[in-house]
Amino acid sequence: MSEYILEMQDIVKEFFGVKALDGVTLKVKKAEVHALCGENGAGKSTLMKILSGEHPSGSFSGKIIFEGKELNQTGIKDSEKAGIAIIHQELALIKQLSIAENIFLGNEIGKHGLVSFSEQLNRTNELLSRVKLNINPLTRAGDLGIGHQQLVEIAKALSKDAKLLILDEPSASLSEGEVEVLMGILEDLRKDGVTCIYISHKLNEVTRICDNVTVIRDGSTIGQVPIKEIDQDRLVQMMVGREMKNLFPREEHKIGEEFFEVKNLNVRDPFNSNLLRVKNASFTLRRGEILGISGLVGSGRTEMVASIYGSFQGERNGEIYFEGEKVNIKNPDDALSKGIAMVPEDRKKDGIIAGMSVAKNMTISNLLKYKKALDVIDSDREMMDVLKYIDEIKIKTASTELAIKNLSGGNQQKVILAKNLLAEPKILILDEPTRGIDVGAKFEIYKLIFKLAKQGISIIMVSSELPEVLGISDRVLVMNEGEIKASLDNNGLTQEMIMAYSVGKKNEENDAIDNEEIITSVGGV
Amino acid sequence: MQLSKSVSSEKERKLGLSSIFKSKIATILIATVAIWVLFTVLTGGNFLTTRNLSNLFRQMSITGILAIGMVFVIILGEIDLSVGSTLGLLGGIAAILNVWFGFSAIPTMVITLILGIIIGAWNGYWIAFRNVPSFIVTLASMLVFRGILIGITGGNTVAPLTADFKTVGQAYLPTVFGYVLVVLAVVGSAYLILGNRKNKIKYNIEVKSMAFDVSIIAAIGILSLGLVVILNDYQGFPIPAFIMLVIALILSFVGTKTIFGRRVYGIGGNRDAARLSGINVKKHILVVYSMVGLLAAVAGILLTARLNAGSVAAGQNAELDAIASCVIGGASLAGGTGSVVGALVGALVMASVDNGMSMMNTPTFWQYIVKGLILLIAVWIDISSKNKK
Repeated sequence: MSEYILEMQDIVKEFFGVKALDGVTLKVKKAEVHALCGENGAGKSTLMKILSGEHPSGSFSGKIIFEGKELNQTGIKDSEKAGIAIIHQELALIKQLSIAENIFLGNEIGKHGLVSFSEQLNRTNELLSRVKLNINPLTRAGDLGIGHQQLVEIAKALSKDAKLLILDEPSASLSEGEVEVLMGILEDLRKDGVTCIYISHKLNEVTRICDNVTVIRDGSTIGQVPIKEIDQDRLVQMMVGREMKNLFPREEHKIGEEFFEVKNLNVRDPFNSNLLRVKNASFTLRRGEILGISGLVGSGRTEMVASIYGSFQGERNGEIYFEGEKVNIKNPDDALSKGIAMVPEDRKKDGIIAGMSVAKNMTISNLLKYKKALDVIDSDREMMDVLKYIDEIKIKTASTELAIKNLSGGNQQKVILAKNLLAEPKILILDEPTRGIDVGAKFEIYKLIFKLAKQGISIIMVSSELPEVLGISDRVLVMNEGEIKASLDNNGLTQEMIMAYSVGKKNEENDAIDNEEIITSVGGV
Repeated sequence: MQLSKSVSSEKERKLGLSSIFKSKIATILIATVAIWVLFTVLTGGNFLTTRNLSNLFRQMSITGILAIGMVFVIILGEIDLSVGSTLGLLGGIAAILNVWFGFSAIPTMVITLILGIIIGAWNGYWIAFRNVPSFIVTLASMLVFRGILIGITGGNTVAPLTADFKTVGQAYLPTVFGYVLVVLAVVGSAYLILGNRKNKIKYNIEVKSMAFDVSIIAAIGILSLGLVVILNDYQGFPIPAFIMLVIALILSFVGTKTIFGRRVYGIGGNRDAARLSGINVKKHILVVYSMVGLLAAVAGILLTARLNAGSVAAGQNAELDAIASCVIGGASLAGGTGSVVGALVGALVMASVDNGMSMMNTPTFWQYIVKGLILLIAVWIDISSKNKK
């Protein structure tokens, strides 16, 4: 028998006459971690949907051979039976149910139609320890952070005795610490003989954990190489088809005077008013400055910027000064009229209106700009703006009237960026602007950020990716447990220094990280 | 860059044309024609007499007006179960003012319309500012308003109305007026379509061929002329149908061309995203429900005038007909999609079934069964065609 557990041969898949996959070949060895890389829209997700049975046999051409047998699946159940489990980018846990109930949903343990809860709890505890999650299995899934939900999803896949586990960008919403845990889990799985297909845009993870990598571009396989024989630059080059020398196109820009100040901002949790999400946060912002906000997931970064934008539901107190005046921003409308715009963290939930066209999504927050008599929209001027931005920031769409949900993540994000630029902001808040989007689109968004800064627009960028924070920011705020722990000029700053503040190690001297110096250098903060 | 631009505009044109042929509304119009042919055959041609068609449009106007309001609620992603009771209550109040208190037609109608807005705002207030689900708020209103109606009328029918009041529901526009309407329709559509074309050329935006635009104007002219000739052949344009048409024109315009309309679609498509885009969601909910109340008042006045009486049973189940009309016309209860034109076509389907089956003297119970099945099948066809994509 062949050394491969999985062989996908010459897969061709069409949507509306457009070839999403055009002869893709993927070969995965048993018990390896196999990386699948490619820009968004390259066809990775489509390929995985075919493998997981979401696109059943017959809807595509080509052969899938799994464990020596040709796979012929009519749906997801068939693939699961064969031992293939997928963990989607969008988590699919039911918030109201407990961890244990979620894990065994559809595969309940029990007899005669009755569920044996004690048995399920025992099994859940075992599975949770395998994913290094020390949590009561009766916790409601909705009470878990996104990172923990991801780990529960993995536990769920393990519960099905999967032989092949597909992880679709599992680390997109994980903090650095959680990524470490994930890496450990993947190591263990490899030892247990479980094969993993790992889809990620984070190349340092790919080069670190994976054995082989297959790169797909524009629906075709570009190549399959052992990780040892390739470096990140070469990988990026294969993905985008051109050489990309510097991932962060840093440009000099003039930083002006301080014009925005947040003083003693406190933000409460919307559902638990005893819980402070942001504690006594104060900072200032200069014109044309790019201010990075770093911190682990749950450190209060999103809550802080969303409160400034007026969109956070929790109670808030503190003072905000804008161009010398004290302002009271009660809702996003107030913020937009002051010139503060925000690209939200969760693109799907808070950003796009999925069924609406690209054009309408882009102009939805700025319709007043096109107002004619009788509240009528001047559709020609609207269309001119839309075409201008499609051209300017290179949004790839078949038509302005296409529903935005048909675009790739990167292009959706560009539409949302265009929407916020139409507001002609003085401050643009970007909450995880490059989450889950491909290298090429990332690069263009970075270029745009510098271009805006050059125009004198101030950027506040929340990001979980430290290289991004270091590559883009002029100054970095580090948050931990709702507090701003440090304000650091991006001058000789390193990932380790930021991480030290993120994990709240400020006062521990016995740690491996040499942070004594940093504390003295920013002592006043 | 130039290349990709021209490619995308060509795609757009194809998309535009095919979407006209593939649109849900076209499908339903074809279904309506089929229903008409069926009834014509079954009634030995009586269905297609000008007298009956005139009746059909008059009957349709009540459901049509309610459906026009309802479609905005559905686009918002909400529901209104109270419009039937609201219609009944306001029709009853109008009758009481006119018959018991001797108010003449105009003041009666003005008061009724204002009460309609207040009632609609009441629903909207609870939904938008007190966060009670619309299903619950309007279910409560449905019971409360029906109860109030029975209470204030003492369960009695309030009749007869003054002559000027009856006119609104029973009279016809003079035949000349019908032809004036045709001219207005042609001139108006030509002005809008050609003006739009001129602007597009000015801004260098792709336009369809001149022949296409002209043939659309011609089609509008022929259809409206045909309609007016048929109606004039009997007694003229029924006033309720005329009022429905005017409301449909205005609100179709509001839905597709105005900032308000665009925002309603946005809120229905994704409420969180709309809120983060600076849209005042609560205000829009309040306005839409107030508008629905106003339209229910119009429908109430028309029904009372047509029946020449205020009755405690008026408008019972009307909300269900209105919701069904919207859904048959392509609106999704998930919000974000739907159109006034679709709702109107849906109302035409419902009214045609009612009318045709009563002409055939089919027992009422069959009307319920047939209408229910049409609703089910229409939505099934819609969903299965979406899944195929």
